[in-house]
Amino acid sequence: MKQTEMLAMILAGGRGSRLHDLTNKVAKPAVAYGGKYRIVDFPLSNCANSGIDVVGVLTQYESVLLNSYVAKGGLWGLDTKDSGVFVLTPREKADSGLEVFRGTADAITQNIDFIDSYDPEYLLILSGDHIYKMNYDKMLDTHKEKGALATIAVMPVPIEEAPRFGIMITDDEDNIIDFEEKPAHPRSNLASMGIYIFDWKRLRELLVADKDDEASEHDFGKNIIPTMRESGDKMVAFKFEGYWKDVGTIDSLWEANMDLLDENCELNLDDPTWKIYTEDASGLLALPAYIGPNADVERAYITQGSHINGKVKNSVIFTGATVGKDAQIIDSVLMPGVNVGEGAVVTRTLIADNIKIAAGAVVGSADSKEILLQAQDV
Amino acid sequence: MAKAFGIVTSSPQHKVEGMQDYRPIGAFSFLGRFRVIDFPISNLSNSGINNIQVYITKKPRSLVAHIGTGRHYNINSKRGNIQIIVPNDEMVNPIYNTNINAFFSNIDYIRNQSREYVVIAPSCMIFTQDYDDLLQQHAKSGADVTLLYHKVFNAKEGFTTCNTLTLDGDKVTAITPNLGDEDNKDMFMESFILKKDLLLDLMQAAHETSSVYTLANIVNAKCGELDVRGVEHHGFFAPITDLATYYKANMDLIDFDEAASLFTEDWPIYTRTSDSCPTQFYDEAEVKNSLVANGGEIRGSIEDSIIGRNVTIGKGAVIKGCIVMAHAEIGENVVLQNQIVDKYAKIVHENKILAEPGQPGYIKRSDIL
Repeated sequence: MKQTEMLAMILAGGRGSRLHDLTNKVAKPAVAYGGKYRIVDFPLSNCANSGIDVVGVLTQYESVLLNSYVAKGGLWGLDTKDSGVFVLTPREKADSGLEVFRGTADAITQNIDFIDSYDPEYLLILSGDHIYKMNYDKMLDTHKEKGALATIAVMPVPIEEAPRFGIMITDDEDNIIDFEEKPAHPRSNLASMGIYIFDWKRLRELLVADKDDEASEHDFGKNIIPTMRESGDKMVAFKFEGYWKDVGTIDSLWEANMDLLDENCELNLDDPTWKIYTEDASGLLALPAYIGPNADVERAYITQGSHINGKVKNSVIFTGATVGKDAQIIDSVLMPGVNVGEGAVVTRTLIADNIKIAAGAVVGSADSKEILLQAQDV
Repeated sequence: MAKAFGIVTSSPQHKVEGMQDYRPIGAFSFLGRFRVIDFPISNLSNSGINNIQVYITKKPRSLVAHIGTGRHYNINSKRGNIQIIVPNDEMVNPIYNTNINAFFSNIDYIRNQSREYVVIAPSCMIFTQDYDDLLQQHAKSGADVTLLYHKVFNAKEGFTTCNTLTLDGDKVTAITPNLGDEDNKDMFMESFILKKDLLLDLMQAAHETSSVYTLANIVNAKCGELDVRGVEHHGFFAPITDLATYYKANMDLIDFDEAASLFTEDWPIYTRTSDSCPTQFYDEAEVKNSLVANGGEIRGSIEDSIIGRNVTIGKGAVIKGCIVMAHAEIGENVVLQNQIVDKYAKIVHENKILAEPGQPGYIKRSDIL
């Protein structure tokens, strides 16, 4: 396959403001997750594992770290002659000046020239801030078999949670016949995952038409998909079963980390056929986890480069995190480089990158309703 | 950018029972996720030496796979290169397996190197060294050959296959085998700095003297006419010359302060990542004073041990003073003391395997016990 059959574009421009201080300086896709990963490693690794060679990453909000991170395509094996990860940020153009991305669809519209240069048949649109493993090649098979112009990945959710999602209503053959955005009384439990495959030719027409439509919000869910339905374009739902999480809040980010402690967690990061790739740490952080003479580790997910000399219970410890002697980490998440001093007690807390907790400090409480985000040194 | 190219040699005189049946010492797993050869290659790379030849005498598969293009060692793929050389002459007798003969098999590539100097480092010793510093010192001193050594205080018990230097000030007067007659010795670290042209001359001279001469032999023979200097190395030093030294080098680095002196931010030791996920410690796990690499599933108790990647340790298992290599599986209630468990071994039936720390036991690769 020399021609690029399907190109992937990852929407990674959002701020993720409900993650509060965690995303003050980094965009949500660059937020750390699962001990050693960043969230954007998931869509990028999925692309690499699905045989997609060319991935555009559309960034906008606080993207210095994110841009330099994803530019290292070799981390995901996307650095052969024919492959690459390309950072696409808003840029000044001859005919329109410098414009920010006005919406998800506009981000693609502004990069039509990039996509055209590969002349793909299909375009895969992904979100940069979801945690899941999916074979997009299988989704493309479905798209082709059904002869669809758009295929939307959907996930069955408990009906009581359906009002939180964009819901797809399908017929017996998985054709999408209708959809509702956050319906109060959902007619189906199939939630859109924000993952689309389009026929590029058709999508291109729609984007060009949408570009100058002043009434449009230039959004896939709100504008492009409705237009396709009105035009009678064939749209198909691709059912996904498995782990999928949009970590929009501190609680859900904490929970997604805690999920990894569950032996039966559906998100298997230990599958040699579908690895999630990420940056490898160096220096002292390249060492395996150091579990010291005074450590007491019980139900924990711990990565290399950490140094544990206290008690860790029901917690996730990221690269380079240090737990001092007699310190206690309970039901918590220590992000990269966190340092917890001797005798400190951390409970039900998510501690942001590189934060220092002084010796003897007490952070969080066992009966708090919400998880505490600790983003300042104590 | 240093004015030298690098050579990493294999040292056939060192024999590590068991483990070496599967791979050369350079390919030995170290500290749960590195390989021994990561040290010399990282040292050269960090010293700005971007052209490196790695000589492998036997069983090259694992080293070739590990080193690959050398990109993970920060070797620029355009301006630098890493060349793996497996001398193809089938030696009629292993005594011919000398570094001189290995260099001869590759003489054109040595001759064609554009750099003036060569740094020669062993693949089987754990230490860090800035060779660029050493090169500058070498050039300034006017020496013909600079050799690196480490002062040891227990030469009677160990280092049996190593060479020692005899020094007069900083001048080397002899390179001789360690006879174990004294405890205090200047142990030669099998590291040489010299001009490429001198290396070629010494190869020729060695060849004319004896077909089984090593580079150390010929430098020793020429100590009178050449200006050979010794430079003392400071810091962690562990030659891997037999099973006991391999075991001890790993165990010594369970001490975090010791490890912190070897692995520093400004002198990274690179290795190939396997992209394993973090390790899962279950409710029943009890782990103390140990190093645990990624991808593991730990349900048993571990003390004073090094656990490699993707190791499974069952409920009720007790691991003490062990090195457990990647993908090994230790079953429920198995008790292991002072064992080196090679890759992919499964210990599921035998429930107690004990040894003394000075004489660690070895469990073969892929064996099922």
